[in-house]
Amino acid sequence: MEKCTTTVSTCAEIAETIYDLQLQLPETSRWEVRPGQFVGLYPGSAARLLMRPISICTAIKPDRLRLVFRAGGPGTKELAGLRPGETVDVLGPLGNGYDVEMLAGGRVLLLGGGIGIPPMLGLARSLTAADAEVTAVLGYRNGELFLKDDFERAAAHVLIACEDGSTGVRGNVLDALRVAQEETAHEVPADAICACGPLPMLRAVRRYAAERKLPCFISLEERMACGVGACLGCVVRTRAVDGHSHVRNARICTEGPVFAAEDVEI
Amino acid sequence: MDNSKSKTPDMSVTIAGVTLKNPVMTASGTFGSGMEYGQFVDLNRLGAVVTKGVAAVPWEGNPTPRVAEVYGGMLNAIGLQNPGIDVFIERDLAFLKDYDTRVIVNVCGHTEEEYLEVVERLAGESRVDMLEINVSCPNVKQGAIAFGTDPDTLCRITQRIKRIAAQPVIMKLTPNVTDIAEMARAAEAGGADAISLINTITGMKIDVETRRFVLANRTGGLSGPAIKPVAVRMVWQASQAVRIPVIGMGGIASAEDAAEFMLAGASAVAVGAMNFHDPYLTERVVDGLEAYLERHGIDSAAQLTGAVIG
Ligand SMILES: Cc1cc2nc3c(=O)[nH]c(=O)nc-3n(C[C@H](O)[C@H](O)[C@H](O)COP(=O)(O)OP(=O)(O)OC[C@H]3O[C@@H](n4cnc5c(N)ncnc54)[C@H](O)[C@@H]3O)c2cc1C
Ligand SMILES: Cc1cc2nc3c(=O)[nH]c(=O)nc-3n(C[C@H](O)[C@H](O)[C@H](O)COP(=O)(O)O)c2cc1C
Ligand code: FES
Repeated sequence: MEKCTTTVSTCAEIAETIYDLQLQLPETSRWEVRPGQFVGLYPGSAARLLMRPISICTAIKPDRLRLVFRAGGPGTKELAGLRPGETVDVLGPLGNGYDVEMLAGGRVLLLGGGIGIPPMLGLARSLTAADAEVTAVLGYRNGELFLKDDFERAAAHVLIACEDGSTGVRGNVLDALRVAQEETAHEVPADAICACGPLPMLRAVRRYAAERKLPCFISLEERMACGVGACLGCVVRTRAVDGHSHVRNARICTEGPVFAAEDVEI
Repeated sequence: MDNSKSKTPDMSVTIAGVTLKNPVMTASGTFGSGMEYGQFVDLNRLGAVVTKGVAAVPWEGNPTPRVAEVYGGMLNAIGLQNPGIDVFIERDLAFLKDYDTRVIVNVCGHTEEEYLEVVERLAGESRVDMLEINVSCPNVKQGAIAFGTDPDTLCRITQRIKRIAAQPVIMKLTPNVTDIAEMARAAEAGGADAISLINTITGMKIDVETRRFVLANRTGGLSGPAIKPVAVRMVWQASQAVRIPVIGMGGIASAEDAAEFMLAGASAVAVGAMNFHDPYLTERVVDGLEAYLERHGIDSAAQLTGAVIG
């Protein structure tokens, strides 16, 4: 883990307010990245002192990161204005990431909703490389299907849902699973589920997995200050007493952001 | 032959009989127990590690969101989540045993008895060099006002702690008072060996689009560069009011900021929220402060204390 100054190779708008940011790490930095880990991006303005947590979409190389983020508030809007050759400070790699070894060889459902889609790409690639059969189910707001082509190369199957019904199934990732079942007369087969997206989606996914007794891993978000486990700002309530905090709270930046769905109260 | 001009400055400072290798400490709650930041900085290079506030039993803390960014600073309402004194001693204190730095344990409690319980438990721990008492904790008995906002209460709790403490006691003052000098004098009258300030300034942020409070707790403590001028002023006022040493903090982001606090009257300083912006900051402040002393031809860090002109 380190904080270093990276150089922007690409910063492009790939859908409305969604940016594809590729960063070159300094020569001395070689990161070992697990899918599901994230970085902290520091806006250049000194008035904004906290990092923006952004998932690593893929580690293109050990010294080259791809991040995909939504420019929503002032900090991410500032980051969206980065141009190739400019620099940006990055803290990482942060968090635990997914356990690819455990999922290797199985049939894995990857569910990504909205800005929860990007981190699923790196996971899809790692799982496919580990002989898992990956079905990626991607839930978009509208017909701007960012990263869809990448997923088609990285996963065995790709299902699309669109909230506005412009392409694929109208609705969310679970609607896409339901329609696929209706069309093929059997449920999309799975040994495990990994999901990232808004909380209502994660709650529904957790229910879906519990009904089928499938292991389910979800990636959580919370406001963060330090990103490294020191400030206790980013906690999620846990079912059992957490081994580090000794209360029913786990640090999303450190024990997470990926949790077994049944371990956390969301 | 006088070659004092080329000598490297003496960075050590002594507070209540405890000598620190330099005046740079970590601010409680922003550095864990050093474990997390140990991968960024060499803890052996710090004057002291001040640990996150610890209570007699585990505290769950507040609901989330607990942190928010504001212009030039941040708000926090962690709610003093901590694993309790037993785990703290077994794990965090044990971790610090291997380091050559001073250890200052920050103590919190809901009642005076809870503070005393922690202080008593720490009395037998030789690795603890000093205690820092966070009197900004909510006082449950007195309707959730902080102990540190009433001079008589502050004086009394200081006396009670001093009676049983084995280590020198630093009373950490809250800035949420009208007259900081009065609070400093109350701590000194109670027998405090030193005071530290400032804790966070109570603030609030509202999201105007959702029309909701940003923090689940509604209010939170403001820290970071935004509070530095207030902190420098209060350190100056407090140090004018007492003879015991003052430890200054509030928005330190550079060695120059640290020097500013010392000029205002601080004998040592602590780096807080800006660790989040730059995890290497504590070590940078140590190096930068030494360079500052050299640049100004000052022989020792201790000479900076209160050396503001005018
Ligand atoms: C582990 C993790 C991974 C994430 N991965 C991605 C990703 O891959 N792509 C993406 O677009 N977004 C991601 N997010 C959300 C992203 O961090 C926020 O959208 C972003 O921080 C908002 O900053 P801002 O400058 O737009 O807003 P501002 O309003 O300026 O933010 C103010 C403060 O609040 C924090 N904040 C605001 N919204 C959020 C949020 N939803 N989650 C956490 N902190 C927030 C900011 O970090 C900042 O400290 C992730 C969040 C987490 C915790
Ligand atoms: C996230 C966070 C947690 C804190 N926790 C504690 C604490 O447990 N005990 C305490 O005395 N002060 C605590 N503080 C206050 C700091 O130690 C410090 O007094 C204050 O933040 C001002 O310094 P700064 O602006 O450099 O952060 C905390 C501050 C922050 C930002
Ligand atoms: S952000 Fe500080 S502990 Fe997670």
